[in-house]
Amino acid sequence: MDDLAPRTARSTPNPLPRPPEELARLEEAWRMPRGLARITEYNNNLIGPLFVGTALLFFVLAGILALIIRAQLAFPGLTLVAPGTFNQLFTMHGTVMMFLFAVPAVEAVAITLLPAMLGARELPFPRLGAYAYLIYAIGGLSFFASIFFGAAPDGGWFMYPPLTSKENSPGINTDMYLLGIGFIEISAIAGAIELIVGILRCRAPGMTLGRMPIFAWAMLVFAAMVIFAFPAVIVASTLLELERAFGWPFFLPEYGGDPLLWQHLFWFFGHPEVYVIFLPAAGMVSMIVPAMAQARLLAHSLVVMALVGTGFISFGLWVHHMYTTGIPPLSLSFFAAAGFAVSIPSGIQVFAWIGTIASGRLRFSTPSLHILGFLFVFVLGGLTGVMVAVTPFDWQAHDSYFVVAHLHYVLIGGMVFPLLAGLYYWAPAVGSPLSERLGRWGFWLIFGGVNLTFFPMHISGLMGMPRRIYTYPSGLGLEVWNLLSSTGAAMTALGFLVVLLDVAKNFRLGGGGSNLWQAGTLEWLDNGNYGPRSIVRVTDRYPLWVDPDVKRQVEAGGHYLPMTATGGREALVTSPAEAIPQYVAPLPFPGPAHVVAAVGTCAFFFALTVPLLVEAAVAFVVTLGAMIWWLWQGTDPAPPQPATVDIGDGIRLPTHATGPLTTSWWAMVTLMLVQGTAYACLLSSWLYLWLVNGDAMWPPPGQGVPLGGFGLLAAGLYAAGGLAMGAAAWLLGRGPVWAVRLMLLAAMACFTAGAGADGWALWAAGIRPTAHAYGAAGFAIFAWQAMHVALALLLAGYTLARSLAGMLDGRRRLTMDNAGLFCGYVAAQGIVGLALLHLFPRLLT
Amino acid sequence: MRRLRALPLAFSPALAGCSGVQAVLDPHGDAAALIAHLSWLLFAGGAAIFLLVMGLLALAILAPVRIRAALGSRRFVLIGGIIFPSVTLAALLAHTMGVSRALVLPREERPLRVEVIARQYWWEVRYPHAGEGAVTANEIHLPVGREVELQLSSADVIHSLWIPGLHGKMDMIPGRVNLQRFTPTRTGVLRGQCAEFCGLQHSIMAFWTVVQEPAEFEAWLARQREPIPPPTDAQAARGMRVFGEAGCGACHAVRGTEWRGQLGPDLSRVGSRMSLAAGALENHRGTLAGWIAGAQDIKPGNSMPAYGRVLEGEDLLALAAWLEGLR
Repeated sequence: MDDLAPRTARSTPNPLPRPPEELARLEEAWRMPRGLARITEYNNNLIGPLFVGTALLFFVLAGILALIIRAQLAFPGLTLVAPGTFNQLFTMHGTVMMFLFAVPAVEAVAITLLPAMLGARELPFPRLGAYAYLIYAIGGLSFFASIFFGAAPDGGWFMYPPLTSKENSPGINTDMYLLGIGFIEISAIAGAIELIVGILRCRAPGMTLGRMPIFAWAMLVFAAMVIFAFPAVIVASTLLELERAFGWPFFLPEYGGDPLLWQHLFWFFGHPEVYVIFLPAAGMVSMIVPAMAQARLLAHSLVVMALVGTGFISFGLWVHHMYTTGIPPLSLSFFAAAGFAVSIPSGIQVFAWIGTIASGRLRFSTPSLHILGFLFVFVLGGLTGVMVAVTPFDWQAHDSYFVVAHLHYVLIGGMVFPLLAGLYYWAPAVGSPLSERLGRWGFWLIFGGVNLTFFPMHISGLMGMPRRIYTYPSGLGLEVWNLLSSTGAAMTALGFLVVLLDVAKNFRLGGGGSNLWQAGTLEWLDNGNYGPRSIVRVTDRYPLWVDPDVKRQVEAGGHYLPMTATGGREALVTSPAEAIPQYVAPLPFPGPAHVVAAVGTCAFFFALTVPLLVEAAVAFVVTLGAMIWWLWQGTDPAPPQPATVDIGDGIRLPTHATGPLTTSWWAMVTLMLVQGTAYACLLSSWLYLWLVNGDAMWPPPGQGVPLGGFGLLAAGLYAAGGLAMGAAAWLLGRGPVWAVRLMLLAAMACFTAGAGADGWALWAAGIRPTAHAYGAAGFAIFAWQAMHVALALLLAGYTLARSLAGMLDGRRRLTMDNAGLFCGYVAAQGIVGLALLHLFPRLLT
Repeated sequence: MRRLRALPLAFSPALAGCSGVQAVLDPHGDAAALIAHLSWLLFAGGAAIFLLVMGLLALAILAPVRIRAALGSRRFVLIGGIIFPSVTLAALLAHTMGVSRALVLPREERPLRVEVIARQYWWEVRYPHAGEGAVTANEIHLPVGREVELQLSSADVIHSLWIPGLHGKMDMIPGRVNLQRFTPTRTGVLRGQCAEFCGLQHSIMAFWTVVQEPAEFEAWLARQREPIPPPTDAQAARGMRVFGEAGCGACHAVRGTEWRGQLGPDLSRVGSRMSLAAGALENHRGTLAGWIAGAQDIKPGNSMPAYGRVLEGEDLLALAAWLEGLR
């Protein structure tokens, strides 16, 4: 414990005491709008807890569905619910738990706690965060309501075609999933972009990557995984919806499609998804264990490596869900090996936690109980995870109740227990502490209930009980195990009731900052709506342990940027690795634009689902308008006064920045990674369908190879469009304004003509999207590019409008830089797609 | 929910209480035995590791300082988190690959080929070597001791064949034919079930597998190919007439007659089968009549229309009597 001893207090970055009016000005800038205008607030101190609460609501709702499922299965041959209802119940249970609870919940915890942990006032794109929250809350609740109308999806959360194709599922239920869940994924991706840029660019000065809290590391890996995994499910949903709505046959074997294409895309998302849920929870455990044991996390760097390693390996595991599809067993061995490999990082973390507990003294409070419950349940689930990675064993266990048991051990163990530990641990950081007595009751009921529910499922699975059945016969030896499971479910529900009662009775937002557990990290500083009173100078992984006086200094305003420099809300932006202060970024004031955009987005997608096409078009226009309004009045502001500010320690920073230094440039690059991943999924789908069909059927008779001349023309035009944007960006501030505008117009013309030539090259060659998977895949790639060309036109036009409005010049040029970046991406994407569609079939012949 | 009633799921009384008919760990064939052996290894190893980790956790909390200091070292994390799992898992991987190889190595040049075609929500079973007529439904008969190759396909959505007593699952995917090979080693009656969610009645898509002595099997197969004999009594004759008048032959085939429908199960030997409607009902005259009259109440959403309002009572009974006699 020597390293926890106080060091000699040094002088603070800013002299104490602070001028009395400073705090009032800071409070004024960050004051929440009152009354109805409260919904326009984006501050993470409001959005974060709301986000957590909404996620917990979905947990309760999906849990109620599970209770109905367990009631129906309590005895053989029951008919409490009709078969069709049962199928909706388990589909919704899985879908809501995965998409509306687990991923949003960890993102919500991050939005609530990360700014405080990083010592930041706010994440860099708070309106984007608020927008993401709103579409999740509005869209999620509307989606859930579908079950009351019998319109809920009923094809399983994995939605395998051809069961979900138009022929076999003609109803609205499947569209509800594809559109309803599809767009909520936008929320997850928006949140991920916010988190990546926030974690890399908004850390307190001195918080190098090496001193960054583990939870931030976990969220960084989480966000990166979302960026690379979620586009696959969005692409898969889009392809299936195209097949259902327009007859583009991606998954229908009689037209050259393949049902397994869906499974590859879905599980390329679905397997990383498990770790997307687990890693943030592991990050929470790595925060809670050191505080409860009063010891630094053992093998910190190994734990970081484990998090990053899990992220990488998890992308090599998707075939785990496809062991029984007929893939040759020896090639499955590769995936078995990858499945074993991914258990090593989890092992590292488990032993690091045990070692940390050993090196300190565990304080037995409710958070510790949940941590121990987590270790028990998660280790068991991890071990059955190794079992189901063993190919021959999985052939028996797959799609049986053994797997139901395994996945609940992993997800409840790996995510729900840490979340409960986090709830009891962090409640005093954001509000009032919860009851220790109710907490213990809740823990033991949940721990006992979960084991009673899910352990017997291992056995019922081995007795031959398949998943997703609404009843089972007597005489197979399944009766006792199912009755135990149902009893356990009731017990678990009781435990969660106790927890909810505790929260309702004892938890109130606000206050906090008391550091109840004597933790060492920054979220235990007293935070107002403005975040910390001043932004701490970080010298250690556990700043509050290494210098106990830091808390007082920060709260008195003695550290960096204790004021508002420009009179508004601000974020301190630092460098990604060393966290060296770079500039002070003014943040927009709360406004209604993102709220209108969120409501419009939800209306658009649900109108499409019904489908109400006119209403959808109206909602689309409203959404687009709101987004432009949102950008127009809050992004790329005029350089504020004063132009520089002394944040403390004699560090003088600009209040305006452009180009690669800005958070917004980073967000654009991250967005391009998302787009690129989705595009790679589309190109891979095209190649996969070629493999399935064989050279002779690619192109199939009656369809040709795209016209080469038009392809060359399209490639040239895309390149010219990208170059014209580059020229506009170069000329801005160097050349005459008219030349910039001319180049923008030229870029728009080139992109439009390029897309025209691109599409004509396919159509004129006789390629039709409805005739064969060849045409469907080709047109899907083209449609994606055409959509991007439309976006490029929008951005270039927007830049032109900014120029005409006098809001674009050599210094105020964020719009130009980002539009240029995006257009360059669109040009490159178009050329890559043309190369595949035009050159590849010619190589085959 | 229409009305509360118990589902009439079928079990031959002789089998009731026999907990092993669908159990993974009660193997009746070489493949299932290999996997069962592997399973026990996994359970034993998993239990040992679980107890070890929990023991270390208990030590970390409760043990004297000297022991806790050892656990609180970086070396402990390296050994426990990297070295131990790497060694264990490498050994397991080698063993897994050995078992996988043993499972796919063909043992016989010419195994018994059986085609199984899954449909929502029943199983068509064909014995191609025995000619066109060797067709049955929801029941697979196999000779003991001979290697079998199941050729698995689907006529509509993805299904998965699972006979836990003989092998693991194999998906049945539209547009593909998947193969599964195993050798039954013990005679007996095993239950199998669809394991891939396939729609409304996924739950009631089971079948029986009868592993029998080769001579019995050959006799059974020969009988499947024979045309049906003419009805022996007046009621059966009436039943056969009703079958034609009600249009049953449009969907069902009966060998030796003009009825060659392909949409529903072949009914040539329906009276000899162990269950009706893929495990929905036991098979006797009463359940046959009940199924024909109320197929949509018993298994809503399946393709068989309910004839309760179409057929008169006497006709229904006669039809059931004739079908029961098709053995």
